[in-house]
Amino acid sequence: MKARRSRGARALPLPVLLPVLCGAALLGVPLFALVARAPWGRLATELASPEVLTALQLSLYCSVSATALSTLLGVPLAWLLARGEFRGRRLLRALVMLPMILPPVVGGVALLLAFGRRGLVGAWLDQAFGIQLPFTLAGAVLAETFVAMPFLVIAAEGGFRQVDRRLEQAAATLGASRLRVFARITLPLAAPALGAGAALCWARALGEFGATITFAGNLPGRTQTLPLAVYIALETRPEAAFAMSLVLLAVALAVLVALRETWTGR
Amino acid sequence: MRRAARSLAALLAGLGLSLSAQAAAAAPKPVLVFAAASLAEAFTALCDAFASAHAPASVEHSFAGSPALVAQIESGAPAEVIVTADTESMARLEAAGRLASAPALFARNRLEIVVERGNPKGVTGLADLARSDLIVILAAESVPVGRYAREALNSAGVTLAPRSFEPNVKAVLNRVALGEADAGIVYATDVRAAGERVAGVAIADGQNVSASYPIALVKQAELRPEARAFVAFVLSDAGRAILARFGFLPS
Repeated sequence: MKARRSRGARALPLPVLLPVLCGAALLGVPLFALVARAPWGRLATELASPEVLTALQLSLYCSVSATALSTLLGVPLAWLLARGEFRGRRLLRALVMLPMILPPVVGGVALLLAFGRRGLVGAWLDQAFGIQLPFTLAGAVLAETFVAMPFLVIAAEGGFRQVDRRLEQAAATLGASRLRVFARITLPLAAPALGAGAALCWARALGEFGATITFAGNLPGRTQTLPLAVYIALETRPEAAFAMSLVLLAVALAVLVALRETWTGR
Repeated sequence: MRRAARSLAALLAGLGLSLSAQAAAAAPKPVLVFAAASLAEAFTALCDAFASAHAPASVEHSFAGSPALVAQIESGAPAEVIVTADTESMARLEAAGRLASAPALFARNRLEIVVERGNPKGVTGLADLARSDLIVILAAESVPVGRYAREALNSAGVTLAPRSFEPNVKAVLNRVALGEADAGIVYATDVRAAGERVAGVAIADGQNVSASYPIALVKQAELRPEARAFVAFVLSDAGRAILARFGFLPS
């Protein structure tokens, strides 16, 4: 590792080396600072406080639910984007990708205007079924899904595209139904990409802040997920905020390690 | 493609030129003021008035919850003037040796219940907020207005289950204005600043809480006369008149 770095450094001209070092420092130093500044001695105590445990539990519940919902809705969407020949496919893909680029707060405002109590759909949901999404757990899951689902769809679409069509055609000529071809050929072959997409989607959902606080509000035990708890704690109990940040960083690293075969290993 | 790149370069160069020309014309750097979120409207007006009275001096402002501002200054933000909505946040800065002048109280504020325009749910006071048919939200207790609201509710003997703890007072107000919540507790000045968008319900004097706003100079490498002038302007009769126009009470 060390040898490789110094050899690379010698080969690099200064105009390249300088931005490379600055860039790496820009990304690396804040994370290092977080690790260095974390209250290691009292980490267990900080993390075991009821406030943190509640947020952690809620975060796990919401992010897993958001990933499940994203899989349910996103895999068919990805399949259609990969295989469908229809007008408006590019438009649909742009729509799917938009939340990845949109500031999450804007996503939260949009959700509010759509599913809020006075929203486009929300007003009807409230009157017809008495369903209100803001300030509820379901609202937090919805906000996370809105922001995280694109990650799954894009990864899954890539996965479906890589599946060799001839294998599917062979199965079809042998008499397998479309559903059977999908379940026995397409899905297993695209599985690694789907897994990577789901992991990314989950990590993004776990870290969601802007859309959640804007749409779902901030109530411990109901909508205050870990990132929201970090934000609130930072002003009053910074040590707790550092500890929770460390947990989120560890999770992000774990996802990266788990995905190294699919992503960084290439 | 190359043409586009060239015109982009020209544009950037032009932008840089106009920026540096601007910097040369308006000699003094604007005074950077950090102020509590509840002061947003009043201080925007104050800063404009100061700028026109003390040209070429000008002011840049950043509004957020008081503890957030204090935390930013503690980690080295270049603010020259700090205004908080409570004396505790200011005391924290003073204890940390980050102030260049003793904090001066210049205004007070009262709490009010914010409800939707026309008060459709018929809220009459703090006791009503415990009603189960109301969606009530408060500011988080990490910001002063959240603590003040808690004090007011305690002194009124009201226990309620808020649906959300918003990160600052404007977030509380906007949720009610958008119709997502039925009621919240904010400053009287926030209700006033929101105009037609919401309505206010007074809190009985015995239950209300008085918020005091201190202002101080922040210790920076250079203490500029413009920053001093701004603080003096806020404390002057002209400054107080503007604050009164926005519903702030004299300290």
